[in-house]
Amino acid sequence: MSQKVKDATIPTIPTGARIQRWIGRNLIRIYAIFAFTYLFIPVAYTFAFSFNDAGKSNLIWQAFTFKNWQNPCGAPEVCSALGNSIKIGFLATFFSTILGTMIAFAIGRHNFKGRSASNLLIFLPMATPEIVLGASLLSLFLVFKINPGFWPTVIAHIVFCISFVVVTVKARIASLDPRLEQAAMDLYANEFETFRRVTLPLVAPGIAGAALLAFSLSFDDFIITNFNSGTLTTFPKFIYVSAARGIPAQANVIGSAMFFLALTIVIVGQLVNRRKM
Amino acid sequence: MGKNRTPYLLLLPGFGFLFTFFILPIINLAQTSTQTKIAGGDTGQYEQTLHFRNYIDAFVSNREQFGRSFLFATISTLLALAIAYPLAYAIAFKAGKYKNLLLVLVVAPFFTSFLLRTIAWKQILGEEGFVIPTLRSLGIISQSTTLTSTSFAVVMGMTYNFLPFMTLPLFASIDRIDPRTLEASGDLYANGFTTFRRVTLPLSMPGVVAGTLLTFIPAAGDYVNASILGDPTTKMIGNVIESRFFKIVDYPTAAALSFTLMAAILILVTLYIRKAGTEELV
Repeated sequence: MSQKVKDATIPTIPTGARIQRWIGRNLIRIYAIFAFTYLFIPVAYTFAFSFNDAGKSNLIWQAFTFKNWQNPCGAPEVCSALGNSIKIGFLATFFSTILGTMIAFAIGRHNFKGRSASNLLIFLPMATPEIVLGASLLSLFLVFKINPGFWPTVIAHIVFCISFVVVTVKARIASLDPRLEQAAMDLYANEFETFRRVTLPLVAPGIAGAALLAFSLSFDDFIITNFNSGTLTTFPKFIYVSAARGIPAQANVIGSAMFFLALTIVIVGQLVNRRKM
Repeated sequence: MGKNRTPYLLLLPGFGFLFTFFILPIINLAQTSTQTKIAGGDTGQYEQTLHFRNYIDAFVSNREQFGRSFLFATISTLLALAIAYPLAYAIAFKAGKYKNLLLVLVVAPFFTSFLLRTIAWKQILGEEGFVIPTLRSLGIISQSTTLTSTSFAVVMGMTYNFLPFMTLPLFASIDRIDPRTLEASGDLYANGFTTFRRVTLPLSMPGVVAGTLLTFIPAAGDYVNASILGDPTTKMIGNVIESRFFKIVDYPTAAALSFTLMAAILILVTLYIRKAGTEELV
């Protein structure tokens, strides 16, 4: 408002200076637009090349076609790899969300001996590079003569997802107003009822966010998976392996579809949340 | 009295799992790192000889890749911070009702597999992409200059891939700043720069620390960007560990390298957290 008034009272600023002032005021917005462009260039590229009539190698633009979208499983192995990723993602999300939420409640709601040591144990997997996590788990599986494959991959994913779940849920618990629980207790709810009717519903969005994060981390993981999956192919592994001889356009279709699906889920989730508020 | 047991019961399953599949493997890796080849044994067969020289040998013969890993990780962390800070600031203070939407857009690229996006960069920056011909016809680069298979491409790819990890914690702590503190600073005759240096930046330090850690740690151990966007001269320590494990089946060296990497990161992280003076993580 004040800016506008100033502009109106000094009408004789030269155009150059006015452009300069406009840039100065909007510099950070211009910068943000550039940052978003940087973020989305490869996404747009992947989307565009999902319409390429490319045949085997999707390197050079040939012609526009819908046939990759009509037949997303057209390339060998791509859909079985996707299926494996989804299965692993769901299992890893399910277990890591349960285990992580329990830890988050213990650390976020209780004061006990060993609390700071617990925090450290949660931080350590996040401070360990993926390659070390993957390599160390594989060497343990080798010692016990467990062949890498589906379940070792699920276990590996749970390990690195737990910490992220704990951190996310803990943040939500910390932001709760303790008076709400006190009010429930004042109204003669016992501890379990208070938890079920007050605490849990309030923490639920945090748990949902943590689950979404765990799924996307698991779904997109390559390094740890590569160490522990043996001959099993996941979607990222499929892309990495086929990169040498050219990725089929169907992979672009799936990548783009996942992008729009996730975007829809998040936006719908937010709208639902807003209505509830 | 039963009340005091609750936290331990809640921790038990999760920590039991982490102990079995995180702590034990690390201990096992430590054991592997001092093993040597069994005389006359097959490839991949090793025995415990407490051969600590493995560490020295592994470090000396790969010190170049170690140095490169930490250099690349540092540069891409700083670049990501430079890109993400204004971005997070703009989303927190300038986006108005679009705040949530923009936040979703920061995470959205995640859902297109990061490998697809990295390979997309390779093609965009490659000979058939649009960047090289444009720059060449404008005379900015010479006809023989390439962008892929260079350190530039690797660092750019790493910066790109870890950008959301930097932006989210930064946003979380900048968003928590009460805009009235910034107004107060202005009322006390601080200019924009002083307000930023003395008010905004200190208040957002937890986000800066969390973001730089979440970027630096995975970046230092990364090998995917180096193997897709780089060439043999841009190999990082992750590439060495990976090939020791799978191609050469030299578990002790891979283990010693992993341990050295982890120790180096933990020491750096501890020093950094001390220096930044915050215990609050993420």
